[in-house]
Amino acid sequence: MAERSFKAEVQDLRKGAGELFTGEGILAITKALLENGVGYVGGYQGAPISHLMDVLADAEDLLGELGVRFEANASEAAAGAMLAASVHYPIRGAVTFKGPVGVNVASDALANLSSSGVTGGALIIVGEDYGEGSSIMQERSHAFAMKSQFWLLDPRPNLPSIVKAVGDGFALSEASNTPVMLMVRIRACHVTGQFETRDNRRPALSVAEALDAPHREVGRIVLPPMSYAQEHDKIDSRWPAAERFIRENRLNEVFGPDKARVGIVCQGGMYNGVMRALQRLGLADLHGATRVPVYCLNVTYPLLRNEFAAFCDGKDAVLVVEEGQPEFLEQAFATMLLRAGSGTRLHGKDVFPMAGEYTGAVMLDAVEGFLRQAAPDLLPAQVLAPNTEAPAIPDLSQTVPVRPPGFCTGCPERPIFAAMKLVQQELGEHQISADIGCHLFGSLPPFNIGGATMGYGLGPASNGAFDGGKVGGSSKRAISVIGDGGFWHNGLSSSFGNMAYNRSDGVAVIVDNFYSAATGGQDLLSSRARNRSKATGNPISKALKGIGIDWVRQIDRTYDVARLRDTLREALTTDAPGPKVLVASSECMLNRERREKPQRAAAIREGRRVEAPRFGVDEAVCTGDHACIRLSGCPSLSLKRLDDPLRDDPVAQIDQTCVGCGNCGEVAEAAVLCPSFYEARVVHNPSAWEARLARWRRGGIGWLARRRAARRLSFEEV
Amino acid sequence: MDGCFDARQTGLVKLAIMAVGGQGGGVLTGWIEALARAQGYAVQATSVAGVAQRTGATIYYIEMAPAGPATPIFSLAPAAGDVDILIAAEMMEAGRAILRGFVTPDRTLLIGSTHRALAVSEKMVPGDGIANAEEVRAAAEVAARGLVLADFEALAVDAGSVISASLFGGLAGSGALPFERAAFEGAIRAGGKGVDASLMAFAAGFDVARAGGVPAPDRTPPARPAAKPAGPADALRAWDGLMARVAALPAPACPMAEAGLRKVVTFQDPAYGAEYLDRLDRVLSADRSEGHELTRQAAKYLANAMAYDDVIRVADVKTRAARFTRIRSEMGGGAVMQLTDYTHPRGEEIVSLFPARLGRWVEARPRILGWIDRRVSKGRRLRTDRVRPYLQLWLIAGLRRWRRGSLRHEKEMASIETWLAQALHHAARDSALSIEILKARRLIKGYSDTHARGRSKYDRVMSGISLVAGRDDAADWARRLISAAMQDETGIALDGAISTIKSF
Repeated sequence: MAERSFKAEVQDLRKGAGELFTGEGILAITKALLENGVGYVGGYQGAPISHLMDVLADAEDLLGELGVRFEANASEAAAGAMLAASVHYPIRGAVTFKGPVGVNVASDALANLSSSGVTGGALIIVGEDYGEGSSIMQERSHAFAMKSQFWLLDPRPNLPSIVKAVGDGFALSEASNTPVMLMVRIRACHVTGQFETRDNRRPALSVAEALDAPHREVGRIVLPPMSYAQEHDKIDSRWPAAERFIRENRLNEVFGPDKARVGIVCQGGMYNGVMRALQRLGLADLHGATRVPVYCLNVTYPLLRNEFAAFCDGKDAVLVVEEGQPEFLEQAFATMLLRAGSGTRLHGKDVFPMAGEYTGAVMLDAVEGFLRQAAPDLLPAQVLAPNTEAPAIPDLSQTVPVRPPGFCTGCPERPIFAAMKLVQQELGEHQISADIGCHLFGSLPPFNIGGATMGYGLGPASNGAFDGGKVGGSSKRAISVIGDGGFWHNGLSSSFGNMAYNRSDGVAVIVDNFYSAATGGQDLLSSRARNRSKATGNPISKALKGIGIDWVRQIDRTYDVARLRDTLREALTTDAPGPKVLVASSECMLNRERREKPQRAAAIREGRRVEAPRFGVDEAVCTGDHACIRLSGCPSLSLKRLDDPLRDDPVAQIDQTCVGCGNCGEVAEAAVLCPSFYEARVVHNPSAWEARLARWRRGGIGWLARRRAARRLSFEEV
Repeated sequence: MDGCFDARQTGLVKLAIMAVGGQGGGVLTGWIEALARAQGYAVQATSVAGVAQRTGATIYYIEMAPAGPATPIFSLAPAAGDVDILIAAEMMEAGRAILRGFVTPDRTLLIGSTHRALAVSEKMVPGDGIANAEEVRAAAEVAARGLVLADFEALAVDAGSVISASLFGGLAGSGALPFERAAFEGAIRAGGKGVDASLMAFAAGFDVARAGGVPAPDRTPPARPAAKPAGPADALRAWDGLMARVAALPAPACPMAEAGLRKVVTFQDPAYGAEYLDRLDRVLSADRSEGHELTRQAAKYLANAMAYDDVIRVADVKTRAARFTRIRSEMGGGAVMQLTDYTHPRGEEIVSLFPARLGRWVEARPRILGWIDRRVSKGRRLRTDRVRPYLQLWLIAGLRRWRRGSLRHEKEMASIETWLAQALHHAARDSALSIEILKARRLIKGYSDTHARGRSKYDRVMSGISLVAGRDDAADWARRLISAAMQDETGIALDGAISTIKSF
């Protein structure tokens, strides 16, 4: 079960013709898939399309009613491969993952799929994770469309346009026998809005029906000589067919006056940003009327030579608004203009920065810069010569601390990194590689553990060169960290298969938090929860044994810092040959709290006995060194300044958000820090006997305390 | 030729929310969106979900305009210099908003919570690394067109709710949106979760913003009158005698000396307080500093040094009568509360309690010391709500009577004498340097390894100071050494500063 439940939103997916849908872009896409008679859906979670996977999982009943098959694919490669169903069968299929990392993983399947060509519409919905808030390397998925010759849709970022693009994508795919990628940027995935719904449609041919009547076409197999023919088919028939479809159905849009000396060409996803810049320059209004013509590319691959030429006709200059690098569109347009011998000047990355997100400020500066060069007479006087001077605002760059993401309150991964830090204090610094997932936060302060991440499931593989370890003549072993998500995504084969086969002497720590946690808490093969339609409960350690890794230590409570430290030390020092693997398992606290908090509240309400633990710090004992924080970083473990003139440094303090995970106490104990920490466990609805016993104890303790207080000077307020 | 459209975009409202992941920025966004839609506005909200929501800085963005026949084209992200309302759910996030240019004098109303959620980089510094909120407040006063600053977190917690509700109230109370209060409350009711608590927090936020939106003065707690001493009559008489000595000190040093006296008397007894004042008198007689700053600083650091952190003190603090009551009220009451104290005594700490001669004898024999350590050193969790574990601590606290004969006490007193002598050595010529030497004592703190690390930093600082003593800027260098020592755990910055000094 995922972090967020979409049970309520799923009801919106049942809406029929003429009703109004209100919600997030990503949910609108889901609804559009059903309206377009999709036959199977799948994908792999990851921001910004995790919600699409979550809502599909929550909508299994509805999907079942419509005869739609849903797969929570093991990886993006598996998702891409699933589109093979549309190669031989006229079934519409859609898969989703994040780009460009998911496209990287899927690219093998996508290249084969593109070469084969499709019969049914095949749609790849990519959440392009670029710009602010992105968690990955900054690249473009665009290149994949160019190299494999599939088509790329980049619709305007509003719900009706995105919904329309889903239908257009399927139709374009079928008209050109080519898979289509629908790219939705990070903010467009979460943008809210409304659109008018249509009735859901059952697939014309369901996967169940296709399975009963198998079909194959030899010409679609990627093997010579068919593969040579497929390349020619792409260029000679699929591409022209796509161009025809795009032109005839006007997938691209032109806004503004027919005649003008300048114009703007933009990716569909950039349209709103372009319009805002024009609005701020007084050249457009809020509802889309503009004095500068805009050629909006809802299809960014392939580009239509004639459409572009018609737009440029009569214009002195055009500006290409294309986010990211390299500037594929601009290069293609430059070639077109050159070949046509056109006199229209081309602007783009000369006024825009080559790298980075096109934020509002970047867009305004660049559009204004373009117009100053190409058509200064269009700009209002206020823009050309502003007469107000901006006041100087104090510089806060040295004041405001950075706030990168980190482990949540009570996160079970925190003690793993605390233990690793303690081991390194004993045995020295080690070569440590990381993977993809929440555990990558361990590479940030206060832990600073791990220096490389090479991709999902590739943590241990990225230490391959160091696999020799002590056997290879070093005095140390390399350590790699990988999550349970990465393990099942690609890790078992690419990382642990690699370690086992090469008789690695390295150490791997598998952070098993029962979910694919960083992507929103989706279930996995090794999840402990029972899942209605998926096979969970398969231990990671069993899989490791299966590929011949024998030195496996299963730790079922990661908060036991001392045990983790000792086990890790053993892994680094033992003489045992082969890979040494620690499986450190405790449930993701975010998911655990989401599940248990309501249960706890209900139990307290109903009068059942509940223990509620929380930690605290004796401020008189804490000396303000903050060593505990350097082994934690927990949001609930913070500092407070004391109202005491004798104290210089703020002391540690634990606020009411503490979930009582125990890390503070364990770390204080394992690292021999200080005796400041205590755990207070309030017992709700105790039994009468328990309450009486507690009273007696308080009586005895109180007598002792009072006895001593009476014999000394004290200043306590009572 | 001028543009024919309205560049100010009248009617369009651009609202950004900057928050820390987990603060409920999404809930607040949802309310605002539902409110605007219910009031006949076209509205669009966006956010960047994903890993940033795991405790990192997050941003939500909303645009709205009166609905008409045509659909407005909204932007998906806030732009520098183009935000009408900025809601910051934490003080440094308000600073980040200003830093990013989202708060500008021509248009932005800033609604900010003054409370702090400290970033890891602020918390992990061995000294005081907390960012200066006053700088953000000062910048906000320049940068914002209108300002509502209040502790919205406290308002929410007091109402049993979360900050999204009190900020929503602040937004309503600011009058920045053309909607009635009831419409805001309607959005909360329509949300359907924790409605009553949310409405209470909403009302608190509303009132604060309605009260003017003038920057609230710094909420420093009013100075508490010092608690009256209690105890046996002879001890109280002794206390009065000590206070008379404090009153005779120069006025600037008095409050600190009184605080220091309370600390050392609580640590040991009135006689120890007399020792404290004797030492302070020695400092005073050598004091040539302006305003008796040397004596004032000595009153502070001498008290901290004399009330050193030994096992007896820890046990004493943890067995005080008021402690259990205080913790229970902090934890929200309840008839039964179990209390577990996490301790990890080591052999050295136990041996340091031995009578000085015996302790020295043991310390000189590593094998015996090791044997003791093996018996003692392990994590011990004491259920101090139970009588037996409490009694253990109570008995240790009772060793206070014999503390003065312990090895630890002997060492601490010797250390204090050396330190004071070093400080007073410069008092006649360079009292600024003397003061810095006193302040260096701040470095010795913590327990076990932390204490050893602090001690080593202190020794390095003192040796650094001896290199610069006699220079005109010696005190400046001493100050630099101390602040370098507070910067990181192992003292990398300190070593850098010392090697700079050595290069003179």
